[in-house]
Amino acid sequence: MRRPLTLKDHHHEQRIFSFRLLVAAFLVVALSLVLVGRMAWLQISQHSRYTTLSDENRVQTQAVPPPRGLITDRNGEILAANRPDFAVELIIEQVPDLEATLTRIGELVTLAPDDLERFRRRLASPRRPWDPIPLRGRLSEEEIARLTVNQHRLPGVRVAANLVRHYPHGKLFSHVLGYVNRLNAEDLDAMTLTEQSNYAGTHYYGRTGIERYYEQRLHGKVGYRQVETNARGRILRVLEEQPPRPGANLRLTLDMKVQRAAYDALGDRRGAVVAIDPRDGSVLAFVSRPGFEPNLFVNGISHQDYARYREDHDNPLFNRALQGRYPPGSTVKPFIGLAGLDAGVTDWQRTIFDPGYYQLEDNPHRYRDWKRWGHGWVDMTKAVVESCDTYFYDLGFKLGIARMHDFLSDFSLGQPTGIDLLNESAGLLPSKEWKRAARGTPWFHGDTINASIGQGFVLATPLQLATATAILAHQGKQVTPTLAADELRPPPRPDIQLNDDRDWLRMEHAMEEVVHGNHGTARVMAKDAPYRMGAKSGTSQVFSVGQEETYNEEELAERLLDHALLISFAPVDEPAIAVAVLVENGRHGGSTAGPVARQVMDAWLLNEQGELDVPAPLTRAPTAGETAP
Amino acid sequence: MSVREYLRQMPGQGGVTLGNGLSARLHLDAPLLAALMLLALGGLTVLYSAGGGSLDLVARQAMRIAAGATLMVVVAQIPPRSFRFWAPVVYAIGVVMLILVVAIGFEAKGAARWLHIPGIGRFQPAEIMKLAVPAMVAWFFSERNLPPRLLDVVIALALIFLPVVLIAIQPDLGTSILIAAAGLVVLFVAGLSWRLIGLAVVVLLVAAPLMYFFVLHDYQRSRVDTFLNPEADPRGAGWNIIQSKTAIGSGGVTGKGWLDGTQSHLDFLPESSTDFILAVLGEEFGLAGFVLLMIVYLVIVGRGFFISWQAQETFSRLLAAALTMTFFIYIFVNVGMVSGLLPVVGVPLPLVSYGGTSIVTLMASFGMLMSMHTHRRLMSY
Repeated sequence: MRRPLTLKDHHHEQRIFSFRLLVAAFLVVALSLVLVGRMAWLQISQHSRYTTLSDENRVQTQAVPPPRGLITDRNGEILAANRPDFAVELIIEQVPDLEATLTRIGELVTLAPDDLERFRRRLASPRRPWDPIPLRGRLSEEEIARLTVNQHRLPGVRVAANLVRHYPHGKLFSHVLGYVNRLNAEDLDAMTLTEQSNYAGTHYYGRTGIERYYEQRLHGKVGYRQVETNARGRILRVLEEQPPRPGANLRLTLDMKVQRAAYDALGDRRGAVVAIDPRDGSVLAFVSRPGFEPNLFVNGISHQDYARYREDHDNPLFNRALQGRYPPGSTVKPFIGLAGLDAGVTDWQRTIFDPGYYQLEDNPHRYRDWKRWGHGWVDMTKAVVESCDTYFYDLGFKLGIARMHDFLSDFSLGQPTGIDLLNESAGLLPSKEWKRAARGTPWFHGDTINASIGQGFVLATPLQLATATAILAHQGKQVTPTLAADELRPPPRPDIQLNDDRDWLRMEHAMEEVVHGNHGTARVMAKDAPYRMGAKSGTSQVFSVGQEETYNEEELAERLLDHALLISFAPVDEPAIAVAVLVENGRHGGSTAGPVARQVMDAWLLNEQGELDVPAPLTRAPTAGETAP
Repeated sequence: MSVREYLRQMPGQGGVTLGNGLSARLHLDAPLLAALMLLALGGLTVLYSAGGGSLDLVARQAMRIAAGATLMVVVAQIPPRSFRFWAPVVYAIGVVMLILVVAIGFEAKGAARWLHIPGIGRFQPAEIMKLAVPAMVAWFFSERNLPPRLLDVVIALALIFLPVVLIAIQPDLGTSILIAAAGLVVLFVAGLSWRLIGLAVVVLLVAAPLMYFFVLHDYQRSRVDTFLNPEADPRGAGWNIIQSKTAIGSGGVTGKGWLDGTQSHLDFLPESSTDFILAVLGEEFGLAGFVLLMIVYLVIVGRGFFISWQAQETFSRLLAAALTMTFFIYIFVNVGMVSGLLPVVGVPLPLVSYGGTSIVTLMASFGMLMSMHTHRRLMSY
């Protein structure tokens, strides 16, 4: 038997149920209102806030770097170009696990230890946040494809197409063009805010040489575009675009043919060649050897390569033409001679007897001539042609250091020439004041005597010697050596006026004899020359030889040998080129440096058939607006 | 005179058939059917946009809805007494399968929700329990006097929480909450005393923190943490909720327009076609679109309550109320989660979210509601 049946009270049950259902319905309505209220709060009162967030999500403003201006020689030969390059880059802020990501990339493309080392170095150095850091460039089509296919597994990794600076002639122009390399945080810190925004998308910055000096002009103006990206940062469409203004192309005064001739003529020797067109100051060749490979620096040079350059005793990174300070030796003699003539200390007829040395009246010290037994009776012309030291010891002593200093200053010695390159060395033109200030010792007669043959304290750069030669060749007309073809630079000083104008021609004639005369020290240059040239050789001591000593060249280490120098200009009637050549430890100016200068001049003055065909000077127009720093 | 005879003689009721042909012959409920069709169409429209204009996705979803609708029509033909008869059997089988799933889960040292049944394929036993648990509790109370006595309440709670615990340890928090709610709704409408309800609320408030520290899995705990402070980890766990709020908020009153939502189209919004599809709707159709959606939902819920109220038998009454309320809880939990009001639990927006077996289960429950309503006068007492 079942338990006693209790009748279901259907009415009671129904009442409770209906009431509960009503409560449930109320609950549903109330909760629905909560939901609607919540949505209304988000969509009405918080609407603008979330609209901003949504736009920030999708819209990004990107800086578009301007393509860098090209650099050409005077004939339009390209010296610095931009080459498209595909690189794999990492935006560190978006990479969840750097090590895992690097390993994964390494499975897809080959990564050399150098790539990783350079990447880590960049990672550690100060940089802009969210700035992509390149890991490896020069990706092949296949590598690009592999990376693209695996992109979803590699957040923060992208393949970017960049324009990379490329120097097609490598070492040939390395010291004059310089190079660009990666823009870093320190570069940006040094800029004004306006400049910084102009570099917002730029990856490269001119570091040395022309690239540095004309950075502003070559860089151009940044462009912007507003893009819509998805959550993975992929650009889906461009909303607005303001294209960049490309950097201006830069035409240089350099001539490829002359530069190549100078570079090849120096060969593997350490040295420098600077060639200037004295008619307008155009620099035709600017070589310092050994050169370096500028393309190595563009994307960051590897430790190994850099160490190789740094440890090289030939110092390939050193710009000898611009910064090398060498005793000019006998190459100063024409200038000293002009100083003596102009001051009336000597004239073209006056002769002295050279016994092989020079001695001051009250001093036993003998200043030796390079020719042990002397040149005999010597006048100005013979002193220049045979490079008689004794004549110039005497002349210099009579002239005195003050007048010597002032006269030589007008030839741009002892001060920067004002070429459009940074960090030019001023050389050294000594004076009594300088010696007291720099050395704290008084000036001695011996100092003057040494200076009068370009030894002692006197130091000059090959660029200064070329500039001085150009001024002399154009009879005192001042020029500023200039590399940019459209730069019109005012001369730094008024032109040099001699008391007797004829002294210019006479001195040029004496220099012509150095080459074309039977006793000239640079006779070797004249061989088969279809034109006439003037020159002055020089030999500067690296190692000083004591009194009454002779030295055996072979026994000296190569690096202690004298430097060979030579200044020259041609054609003599209407000079269109002035060349200064320095060959470190080249011993004899005439025989070592002379042929180098000759090849440079031939490259400029002769046409393809080997006939004299003097190129017209560059027609220059001053550029409006931008000026270099 | 039998009840049937009595009913037959009632004036104007036409005997065993109801006035409406659709309802009489096919056992379908016209208002419910219309609202569901409207909802499905609207859902497919939003899904087309959320899926990035993929017709393929829409076609597959339409197929699933069609399958669900077919099941709904089939279920509607079954008289409610069959539900009542089968409720304990299905419940028992469901519990056994849940135990099997947990055992397999232990074996595989991980989560398992699926059971592979030869010939039928993958099967999620938790899904059937969404219907079986409220049906079981309704069956239990239909045999007893109401309001329930304390002992009956205890038994009912045991019937509810046995499967709920089994599902919670799978772990599937979203489903277990829905099933617990479905069972508890039966208890509520059956007339559970207010005193016990008050007590339960107090116990829950005390238990919640304890649950947080001792019961929840790490991933569940982090969801709660994220809910409490989504900005703490904007790129990680908080990302979903920040992006969905951004999508909704940027939609404004009228929305950005169909297919013009940037958040979902640019992939900022994860799960945009499944659990977070409401964010797409909010972004593209704005508050207006959401209110429209809620109106359709409330029409369905209201119709469900009406069916429950009209039911003449305790089992149908309780089950109809529970199924209707479960449907609303789906909506509340999903909207609450996507709008940042509730922690993220995996509950889809019914009939709008893409995929899931939930569509089939939901349509089956609507079939049951229709059956209860259209078989009303054919019950045999």
